[in-house]
Amino acid sequence: MVTAPPLTPTFLLGLTALAVLLYDSVWPDSSDASVLTGISVIGSLASLGAAGWFLTAGTGLATDGVSLYADAVVVDGMSLFFTALFAAVTILVSLASFDYFAGKDNQGELFGLMLLAATGMSLMASANSLATAFVALELVSLPSYALVAFLKNDRGSSEAGLKYFLIGALSSAIFVFGVSLIYGATGSLLLPDVAAAFESGLGDRVGIAGVGVLMVAGGVAFKAAAVPFHFWAPEAYEGAPAPVSAFLSSASKAAGFALAFRVFVVGFPLGPAANAGIDWALLFQVLAVATMVLGNFAAATQENVKRMLAYSSIGHAGYVLIGLAALSAGASTNGDVMGAAMAHLFVYGFMNTGAFLFVALAENWGVGRRFEDYNGLGAEKPFAAVAMTAFLFSLAGVPPLGGFFSKLFLFAGAVEAGLWWLVVIAVINSSLSLFYYSRVVRALWFEEGDHDLGAAPTALYAALAIALIGTVLLLPGFGPVIETAQEAATALFA
Amino acid sequence: MIIETLIGFTFVAALLTLLVPDEVANRVGAALSLVPLVGTLWMWTQFDGSGNALTGGTLSFETQFDLLTLSGYQVQWFTGVDGISLPLVVLTAFLTTLAIVSAWTPIDDRQSQFYGLMLLMEANLLGMFTALDFFVWFVFWEATLVPMYFLIGVWGGPRRKYAAIKFFVYTNVASLLMFVGFVALTFGGLGDSIDTLALPEVAMALNAGGNVSSFMGLAPGTLKLVAFIAMFVGFAVKVPVAPLHTWLPDAHVEAPTPASVMLAGVLLKMGTYAMLRFNFTMLPDIASDLAIVIAALGAFSVIYGAILALAQEDLKRIVAYSSVSSMGYVLLGLVAYTEFGVAGATFQMIAHGLISGLMFMAVGVIYNTTHTRMVGDMSGLADRMPVTVGIFVAGAFGYMGLPLMAGFAGEYFIFVGSFHSTVIPSAPLFTAAAMFGIVIVAGYLLLAMQRTLFGPFELDADYEVGPAPFHDVAPLAVLLLAVIALGVAPDLFFDMILNAIAPLVGGGA
Repeated sequence: MVTAPPLTPTFLLGLTALAVLLYDSVWPDSSDASVLTGISVIGSLASLGAAGWFLTAGTGLATDGVSLYADAVVVDGMSLFFTALFAAVTILVSLASFDYFAGKDNQGELFGLMLLAATGMSLMASANSLATAFVALELVSLPSYALVAFLKNDRGSSEAGLKYFLIGALSSAIFVFGVSLIYGATGSLLLPDVAAAFESGLGDRVGIAGVGVLMVAGGVAFKAAAVPFHFWAPEAYEGAPAPVSAFLSSASKAAGFALAFRVFVVGFPLGPAANAGIDWALLFQVLAVATMVLGNFAAATQENVKRMLAYSSIGHAGYVLIGLAALSAGASTNGDVMGAAMAHLFVYGFMNTGAFLFVALAENWGVGRRFEDYNGLGAEKPFAAVAMTAFLFSLAGVPPLGGFFSKLFLFAGAVEAGLWWLVVIAVINSSLSLFYYSRVVRALWFEEGDHDLGAAPTALYAALAIALIGTVLLLPGFGPVIETAQEAATALFA
Repeated sequence: MIIETLIGFTFVAALLTLLVPDEVANRVGAALSLVPLVGTLWMWTQFDGSGNALTGGTLSFETQFDLLTLSGYQVQWFTGVDGISLPLVVLTAFLTTLAIVSAWTPIDDRQSQFYGLMLLMEANLLGMFTALDFFVWFVFWEATLVPMYFLIGVWGGPRRKYAAIKFFVYTNVASLLMFVGFVALTFGGLGDSIDTLALPEVAMALNAGGNVSSFMGLAPGTLKLVAFIAMFVGFAVKVPVAPLHTWLPDAHVEAPTPASVMLAGVLLKMGTYAMLRFNFTMLPDIASDLAIVIAALGAFSVIYGAILALAQEDLKRIVAYSSVSSMGYVLLGLVAYTEFGVAGATFQMIAHGLISGLMFMAVGVIYNTTHTRMVGDMSGLADRMPVTVGIFVAGAFGYMGLPLMAGFAGEYFIFVGSFHSTVIPSAPLFTAAAMFGIVIVAGYLLLAMQRTLFGPFELDADYEVGPAPFHDVAPLAVLLLAVIALGVAPDLFFDMILNAIAPLVGGGA
C-alpha cells in the first residue's frame, strides 16, 4: 500500500498551478479558458477531496498531526480544515473567472497566480516555523498583488493593485522585523522552540519579544484585513476584478487567521506570555472591537455594493478575532471558541464568496455597482437574486442560514469564556449589519428596475449555485463542520 | 413523526410552488396547503397529551433526538404539542389555506413567488409552535420574519418599502433582546445545572428554585428580573403591546390583504404564545412581582388601541389598531395567572386569530371591489354586496363580543379570570378598565359600518361595483362558521387548553 504524503492537499494545489502554467506555455494564444478552468477546478477538487479524506478517514492527522521537514511544516486538523476551505473557494472563483475574464488576455497567468496563492495559503496554515510562515505569506501576497491589478488597462484595477502592494510591502516588512525580534529574543524560528523559550522565561529580552509579538500581529492583521492594517481592503476589493475580490476577502483572510491561530497559540503560549506582560489576548480584544465597529459602521454608509461588502468583510474579521480574543491560559473553553471562529471562516468562505460572485455577475451584465443599479434584478434574474439574498441574510446572521449558526457558536463560546461584554458589542454590530445588507435585498426585490441583461453565464451560475448550497446546506450539515473545527482547535492547545 | 412530515411537506410545497408558472400558482398553492390543514386537523382528533409541555406533562406526537453540541449544551430536535400549542397549530394551517384563497383576486403579479412565500411562512410557523428546544424554536421564530418581510415589501401598498423595513428591524431587534435575555438566564444563570436548552428542562430547572447563580455581576434575583424584562419587551413588540406597537399599523396598512390576515391572525400570537411559554411559565415569580405593571400595560393597550382605532378613517387601520386593543386582553389574562385568565388568554389568541383574519379579509374583499378603504369615500355597500357586508357585520359583532361567538367566550373567560386574580393588586379595577374598552370597540365599529355599509349607495367611481366572486366570499363564510362554532362550543379547544394551563396556575388537571 502506498501512503500518500501528509502534504498531499498542498502539493495538489501547487501541481495544479504548474499544470496550468505548462498548458499556457504550450498553447499561449488559446483564448478559450475552458481547459484552464477545467484543470483548476479538477485540481482544487482533488485537493479538497484529499484534505477532506485526511480529516475524516481516521488517518490520525486530524487529531495528532505530523511535522515534516525538520519541523518547519506541520499537517494537522487545523491545516487540513483550512486547506479544504481554500480549495473550495478556489473552485468557486475559478468557475466564476471562466465567464468573468472571457475574451481577456493572459488567462493562463490568471489561473496560475490564483492557484499559487492558494498553495501559499495552504502552506500558511501548515507553517510551523516563522521562516516558513514568511515565505508562505509572500507566496500568497505576490500573486495577489498581480491578481488585483490583473485588468491592467483598467485604472481602478491598477490603482487598487498599487495601493495593495504598497501597504502589503510595508506590513511584510513589519512582519519580518517582528520575526527577527522574536528570533533575537528566543533564539529560534520554530514555533515549538519559541514557545519553550517563552515558558522558560525571557529574562531581560521580554521587551524585545513583546515588540516582536506586536509586529507579528500587525503582519497578520494585514492579511486578515483587520484594524490597523485594513486600509487597503476597501480600495483593493473595489478596484479588483470581482472574482479576485471574492478570493482575497474569503480565502486570503482565512489564511491570515490560520497563521495567526497557529503562531499565537503554539508559538506564544498565552500563560507565560501574559505573565511576562505580553497579554496578546487583550491586544486582540481591542483589535476585535475596533475592527468590527469600524467595519460595520463604515459599511452602513457606503453607496457602492462592492465597497459595502469590503467593509463588511472587515467587520467579519472583527468577529473572527473573537476566536483569539476570548482565549485564556489553560481554559477549557479555548478549543470551542477558536473552533467556532474557524467554522465562521468556513461558512464565510461560501457566503462572502457568493456575494462577491453576484457582484461579478452584475459586472458581467454591465449593471453598475451602486445599490440603485441593482434595482429590480430580482424580477429579471430570480435565481441569482435568491442566491444573493441568501448570502446577504447569512452574512447578517439571520437564521436558519449558515452564518447564523457560526456566529451563534462563536458568541456562545465567547460568553462561556466570560467575555460577555465583547459579545454584546458583537451582537449590536451584527444587528446593525442587517440594515445595510437589507439595502441590497430591497433593491433586488422591492424596487423596479429596467435592465437589458444578457443570458445567464453558465459557469458563474454554477459557482453561485455551489456557494448557495454551501450556505443553505449548513443547516443540516453544520454539526460535522463545527465538530471538526473544534476538534482541530482543541488539538492545538493540547 | 407527523409534525416533521407536515413541516417538511410544507417546505417542499413552498419550493414547488415557487417553480410552477404564475397562472396556476394560486390553485397549486391552495391545493398543497390543504395537506398541512388536514394533517393538523387529524392531529387534533388524535390528540392524547395531558398537562403542560413545559412542566412535565405528556406530549402528543413527540420526537426527540440530538443534533449537535453548543458550548456544552446538547441541541436537540425536539417537537411535540400540548393543549396550548395544538390549537395554535390548527389555527396556522387553517388561516394559511384561507389566506391563500383570499389572495386569488388581489395578487396579480409574481404569483408563484407569493404563494411560495406564504407556504414557507406556514412551514416556519408550524415549526415555531411545535418546537420545544430553544435553538430549533429560535431558528423557526426568526425565519418566520423573512417571508413576511418580502410579502409586505414586494406586494404591499405605496409605502411598502418603509413598512417592510420597519417591520423587519423592529421585530428583529426585539428578537435579539429576547435572545440575549434568555441566553443570560440559561448560560449565565443556570450554568451547569442543565445539559440541554430544551424548554421543559429550562422551565423545570428554573421552577425548582435555587439553581440560578449570579452572572455579569448581577445577583440571581436581579438576573432573573433583567432576563424577564428583556424577554418581555422582546415579545411585547411582536404582540404588540402599546407603546411598542408603532410598526403594526404601517405593516398592516401596506401589507397585501392575505399577508395582513397572517400577520394579525398568527404572527401576533407568536408574541403572546412565547410570553406564556417563557415569561409566565419559566419565571412566574417575577411575573407576579411585576403584575401591576404588566396589567397596566395590558389595560393601557386595550384602551389606547381602541381610542386610536376610533380616530382612523381607513378601514384597514381601524382593524389594525383594534388588534392592539384585543391583544391587550390577552396580556391581561396572562398576567392574572388564574386558571380562567391564562386559559382564556390562550383561547382569545385563537378567537382573535379567526375574527381579525375575518375582518381583514372582509376589508380586503371590499377593497378589491371598490378600490378604496376610506370610510368617507363610500356608503351603502350593503346594497351592492349583500353577502360580503352581511359577513362583515357578523364579524364586527364577533369583535364586539356578541355571545355565541368566539370573541365573547375568550373575553368572558379573561374577565372572569382577571377579576379573581390574586396576583394583580386591585384586579377588579383593571378588569373594569379593560371592559370599558369593549364599549369603545363597539363605538368605532358601529360608526364605521353605519357610514360605509348602510344608507344610500355612493361611491365616486367609473367602474361597476357588484357582488364579490365566490372564491372571495367562501373563505369569509368558512371563517364566520368557525367563529360561531368556537363561540357555541368553546370546548372544542378550551378543554385541552385548561388541561395544559392547570399545572401552571396550581389547579388540578
